[in-house]
Amino acid sequence: MRSPVGFALSTLDRQVQWLVAALLLGLGLLFVFSPLAWLLVRSVYSPEGDFVGLAQFARYLDTPSLQDSLARSLRLSAVAACITSLLAFGFAFSLCMTAMPGKRLFRGVALIPLMSPSLLMAISLVYWFGNQGALKSWMGTGTIYGELGIVLGSILWTFPHALMILMTSLATQDGRLAEAARTLGAGPWRIFLTITLPQCRYGLLMSFVLVFVLVITDFGVAKVIGGQANVLATDLYRQVIGQQNFSMGAVVGVFLLLPAFGAFFLERYFRARQSAALTARAVIAQPSESRMLALVATLFCSVLGLVFIAMIGMAIVAAFVSFWPYNLSPTLKHFQFDDMDGGGWETYWNSLQMAGGAAVIGAVAAFFSAWVVEKSRIGQGMRESLNLMATLPMAIPGLALGLGYILFFNGPYQPLQFLYGSLSILVFCTVVHFFSTAHLTMLASLKQLDKEFEHVSETLGHSFLRTLFSVTIPMSLPAIFEVAGYFFVNALTTVSAVVFLYAPETQLASVAVLNMDDAGDVAPAAAMAVLIFFTAAGGRLLFGLFSHFVLSRTQQWRQR
Amino acid sequence: MAQLEVQGLTKAYSGVSVLKNVSLSVDEGEFVCLLGPSGCGKTTLLRIICGIDRPSQGHLFFDGSEITHLPPQRRRFGVVFQSYALFPNLTAEQNVRYGLQSLKGPQQRERAQEMLALVGLEAYGERFPAQLSGGQQQRVALARALAPQPALLLLDEPLSALDAKVREGLRHEIVAIQRRLGIPTIMVTHDQEEALEMADRVVLMDNGEIAQEDSPLNLYRAPTSRFSAGFVGRVNLISAVIEEEGLRIGPTLWPAHPSWSAPSDVGASVTLAVRPQQISIFPEGSSLPLVDFADDAVVLPGRVTHVRFAGASWGFEVQCGALNQVLRVEQMNTGQATAPWGTDSRVLLAIPHAALLPVPASPSL
Repeated sequence: MRSPVGFALSTLDRQVQWLVAALLLGLGLLFVFSPLAWLLVRSVYSPEGDFVGLAQFARYLDTPSLQDSLARSLRLSAVAACITSLLAFGFAFSLCMTAMPGKRLFRGVALIPLMSPSLLMAISLVYWFGNQGALKSWMGTGTIYGELGIVLGSILWTFPHALMILMTSLATQDGRLAEAARTLGAGPWRIFLTITLPQCRYGLLMSFVLVFVLVITDFGVAKVIGGQANVLATDLYRQVIGQQNFSMGAVVGVFLLLPAFGAFFLERYFRARQSAALTARAVIAQPSESRMLALVATLFCSVLGLVFIAMIGMAIVAAFVSFWPYNLSPTLKHFQFDDMDGGGWETYWNSLQMAGGAAVIGAVAAFFSAWVVEKSRIGQGMRESLNLMATLPMAIPGLALGLGYILFFNGPYQPLQFLYGSLSILVFCTVVHFFSTAHLTMLASLKQLDKEFEHVSETLGHSFLRTLFSVTIPMSLPAIFEVAGYFFVNALTTVSAVVFLYAPETQLASVAVLNMDDAGDVAPAAAMAVLIFFTAAGGRLLFGLFSHFVLSRTQQWRQR
Repeated sequence: MAQLEVQGLTKAYSGVSVLKNVSLSVDEGEFVCLLGPSGCGKTTLLRIICGIDRPSQGHLFFDGSEITHLPPQRRRFGVVFQSYALFPNLTAEQNVRYGLQSLKGPQQRERAQEMLALVGLEAYGERFPAQLSGGQQQRVALARALAPQPALLLLDEPLSALDAKVREGLRHEIVAIQRRLGIPTIMVTHDQEEALEMADRVVLMDNGEIAQEDSPLNLYRAPTSRFSAGFVGRVNLISAVIEEEGLRIGPTLWPAHPSWSAPSDVGASVTLAVRPQQISIFPEGSSLPLVDFADDAVVLPGRVTHVRFAGASWGFEVQCGALNQVLRVEQMNTGQATAPWGTDSRVLLAIPHAALLPVPASPSL
């Protein structure tokens, strides 16, 4: 029998759950759904505000230069996605399936690009292979500015994203299948072709799709190193910033949305297929003991690792020498951002504030959205709507999101217009931009907690909320810190979503890199990119240490 | 003639010995079961025989030539894994054909069909493993292992993942196929019933060593250690002291009996094992034991402390004052409406002399 007190508590619980869910859903409608809707609506209205249907799409597809950039975007993204996935598969295979020494080191080096803006890779490429490049002779009669540079830069910065997907894919292989194949007379090569590769096919497809979308929606690399080669993302930037043609910008934004939406649904499909293939009794595959294979793997990973070190190393060198390549004396003058066009130390402090805000707000919001979806007992419809809202940002490229924010928050009859041009809107936009991964991470973490904790607490007469604060939140702290660190690093390095949204006094460091590079101050741009890299790495370390400290204090239950 | 010879096999993982100096041989056409509790090293031994794991020390010979360092793909042994490890992206037939690389396409197909027919699945070749039941997957795994005509068949707990009914049916089927093909076979199991029913010879393992190796019947009838006696079937262990004229069990001296080929040291203690179903129960004060067994039984008074109903049989725990221990007794259920003996009944237990088996205290022979 339930006591009347228990009943009252449970009603309160339900109300609080509803309140949290409704609040999050409302925020989602405001900051995710509405900007997206405005973008779609604007694409069928002319700049003068008349409804024109799909006429602007037709005009876009009829313009030869724009056709050209559409075709180029598709082609370059496909090439970069193929090469990145292949290289990342080799790297992931070396890490997971061979006896290569120094795996932690190699893994750490491969994750360098995660902590720098995509622009950094492009700037480094210019320093290595550009007109004054250290290795310009390697280019022969060709040039790094253009398609080659876009592809190389894209491969470099998307590499860790592909690597993480493929490592998960290889690490969840069922080792018993390879054993069975060996007893049936299969050699290493046949096992690789018939057992390892088929088990990785979803991982490879997902990696291809992800890199394709990252490249087609990124404009940092193309902007810095693309030269005359226009792509969809630079078109969008030029339409909006250069020509202030928001309607045409919206049209390009919709073109960017299409591959991202396709990827979104493909990913969901693959994820379901992959988890179905993995049985609970699977045994982790043992790395091969072959020394020959380990040697090949070490060589392969060393070459790639050296490339990453060369990229970040060149940016650091460029930041600290007087005038590459003519005067190599060390200097700090490139860090005097206040003297540069489009720079200023203020942008760095803005970035720190924005990243800190995004880390806190993002982590709290992601925890509660995952909590409502996984743990609350309000109606299924509400939970599914929230889950959809939380995973939707994955399908919105940064540029399209940023444009949607301008159109919505700077639109007519907008009571929230005061947000426009503030640092807050940058925080909201960034939180939304990176929300899906954070939400899914939290969800995975909450799924590991036994569903019955809530039932136990309730039968013991505790309220749902007390379980939240005494059990669920403490046990989720490591994941919460991980998510906060994720928001922090991405808020520092992102360019695409915020490039339309900043006001002169809220400019960010990553945007300053773009603007200084645009103004010809390449060395200060490199200096700022390096500063971002070290800040992101430091932030990640700090979150790691904090998480470690909290772990040692509150997570004793994890030890056996 | 022995086909497989295992000599002095030792396996240690980071200092912990999983196998200690194990030697074993398998003859032509023989079905050998490795039986033991989990963690006794039986699966490790199987993995070393098929070549997936390598021994720390020791040698393996097959048909007289050494195979210790031969990789698994060159041993020509068929293996059925506990989880079956069927390739999920291949159909049943493609799974069976996986090991038939040396054959041409049509011959491959023919052989695969033949194997599927052998396990009664000729109609299921086009199905994927996920579309088959557990028992069917098990048969496909068996067909896949047998298809390349292996010189030795290795089965790692092949039935443990199946329902009890399916398991019993497959026991007969596997043995029948093994007999028909005459292929030497080693099966790992922790299920003693399975081992006793299927094997020509049972190798009982404990803690990385072979505890006893014998035919199923002998293993059951004449355990050579406390471990064997306790692991295979249920057993009561009774202490006794050897005296000149016989054995002293409890306070009473029992005359010597031919089946007690016990050590002749007078004054030494021995342990005697007796199966619960070999003890008869009579009412207190009854003279029936004397009639039924003449003088060839140890008769002890006792009190029933616990009654257990197990369907086909009744189980009783009887407190035996003379031995100061509780003996387990089992009787067939012949259809009575109530338990033949209630709790607290005073009874007489009769243990035939022939049922009392001396067991050495240490596992060594």
